[in-house]
Amino acid sequence: MTPAPSPRVRRLAETGRAPVGFLIDGQPASALAGDTLLTAILANVPALRQSEFGPEPRAGFCLMGACQDCWVWQKDGPRLRACSTPVTDGLHILTQPPETWP
Amino acid sequence: MTARVAIVGAGPAGIRAAETLVGAGLKPVVIDEGARAGGQIYRRPPPGFTRPPETLYGSEAPKARALHALFDGLVESGKVEHLAQSAVLGIDADGLNVLRPEGRQVVPYDRLIVATGATDRLAPVPGWQAAGVYSLGATQIALKAQGVALGQRLVLAGSGPLLTLVATQLLKAGADVAAVLDTASLGDQAAGAAGLLARPALALRGVAMRARLGRLYHAGVTLERIENDARGVTAIRWTSASGVESRTECDMVGLGWHLRAETQLAGLAGCAFDYSETWAQWLPRSDRLGRAAEGVYLAGDGLRILGADGAEVTGRLAAIACLQDLGLNAPDPVADLKRLVTLERFAHGIARAFPWPAAHLRALPDATVVCRCEGVTAGELRSVADYGGAEANRVKSLGRTSMGRCQGRYCQLAGAELIAAHANIDTPAVGRLRDQAPVRPAPVGAWVNPARTAGRPD
Repeated sequence: MTPAPSPRVRRLAETGRAPVGFLIDGQPASALAGDTLLTAILANVPALRQSEFGPEPRAGFCLMGACQDCWVWQKDGPRLRACSTPVTDGLHILTQPPETWP
Repeated sequence: MTARVAIVGAGPAGIRAAETLVGAGLKPVVIDEGARAGGQIYRRPPPGFTRPPETLYGSEAPKARALHALFDGLVESGKVEHLAQSAVLGIDADGLNVLRPEGRQVVPYDRLIVATGATDRLAPVPGWQAAGVYSLGATQIALKAQGVALGQRLVLAGSGPLLTLVATQLLKAGADVAAVLDTASLGDQAAGAAGLLARPALALRGVAMRARLGRLYHAGVTLERIENDARGVTAIRWTSASGVESRTECDMVGLGWHLRAETQLAGLAGCAFDYSETWAQWLPRSDRLGRAAEGVYLAGDGLRILGADGAEVTGRLAAIACLQDLGLNAPDPVADLKRLVTLERFAHGIARAFPWPAAHLRALPDATVVCRCEGVTAGELRSVADYGGAEANRVKSLGRTSMGRCQGRYCQLAGAELIAAHANIDTPAVGRLRDQAPVRPAPVGAWVNPARTAGRPD
């Protein structure tokens, strides 16, 4: 069963920033300028990726670049660590590895 | 020719070390993963955020303001070279291998100051691999640097100063905190009180924060398991100090048991380690100023777990040791050495008041995931220790625990307790994981393409 696309994070402050448009698995998504990719993705959907060793989805863990739980793929370009990469307009994020990915 | 000193880390320790070196006429290079200096506790939001430091750092705002202004000033006046968004991957004969946004770079140095800080110290709870389980540090970073709560309904669990602090900050920001579950008993906390009184004002602030949590706070709990469905966390089951079983619905659990020193670079730089019973982890060996190996000095939580105030002190001390060894004019360390004694008394009080849950770990059910990177369970770890031997590096090689994405940062301490209990040996006898470069993941291209060397023409 696919989880319903509900956001995981809840914005508590700093909501007056400019909107940023990007794509998650081909679906349009919106975020705010200054969001990390982790915040931006989890403000739209509940997870960043699937665990490659278990059945559960993953949504990051340490947010300080130590655990490497939050790497996501792009349609074009290298993988990105979501907790330390800012979201940018037009970015196309994939939560599953692309088929051509080695 | 003036000596080139490299400082790794731009938190309170790295910033004070840089200031001290600049004071003696040196121009250090400071390498830091953050986009802006500050470290974790004094982490700054990205440009465009508007909450003032008083909102972000509370009572610590003046310290945060001072450190940020000091470092920005040193960089703007050209007295410090700042390599931001740059991760040190390893150390070789040519210097530090640094991964920068534009590729790999070698940073040569004569002396090295390592101020790599700490992460949360984590203990597995059955179900902690679910989406929506975060470290307490992550919970605070999300609020401070992004203005978000990592869920709609939050439970914070574990022990240590951050537990109460983050809960208070979240409530103040309007988050829905369902429970604050402390595995330290009130008896543990009373036993630590004598040490905590070394810094009475800080201890009182903690007591006042705790009071604000009211009925949300529970001491002496046992964390049974985190329940989840296909989306992630749905509830946490726990048992109160008086033995009452509870289930608290939530979609987020923040876990942490104080801090674990980040020591991989110190290890690669040749430092020796001792097992600290106080902190239930391996810590680098150094003299009082932070001298830890030939030309290598350590500072901050990666050396002694004293928190941000202690990091400022040990950052200055490490730079003083470096200046002394270079034969340069060094400030008098006496006042900082005296302050260190008080900070250490307080830190021991913290360690006593909020202990590492060793007994809980040793009794984890076989099905519990210990390594959340690769899903290695307690049962698998125990069976590997049976056939491969009860030694940390052997269990890692044969069973893959501590070999995944986080390189053991979040499971090695729990793994050591499980192995020790299973083999009926002391935890230090399990040994310490060998430090392996790269200490951060690096794309293969960064290694294939030749590195640039800083400070020398290509």
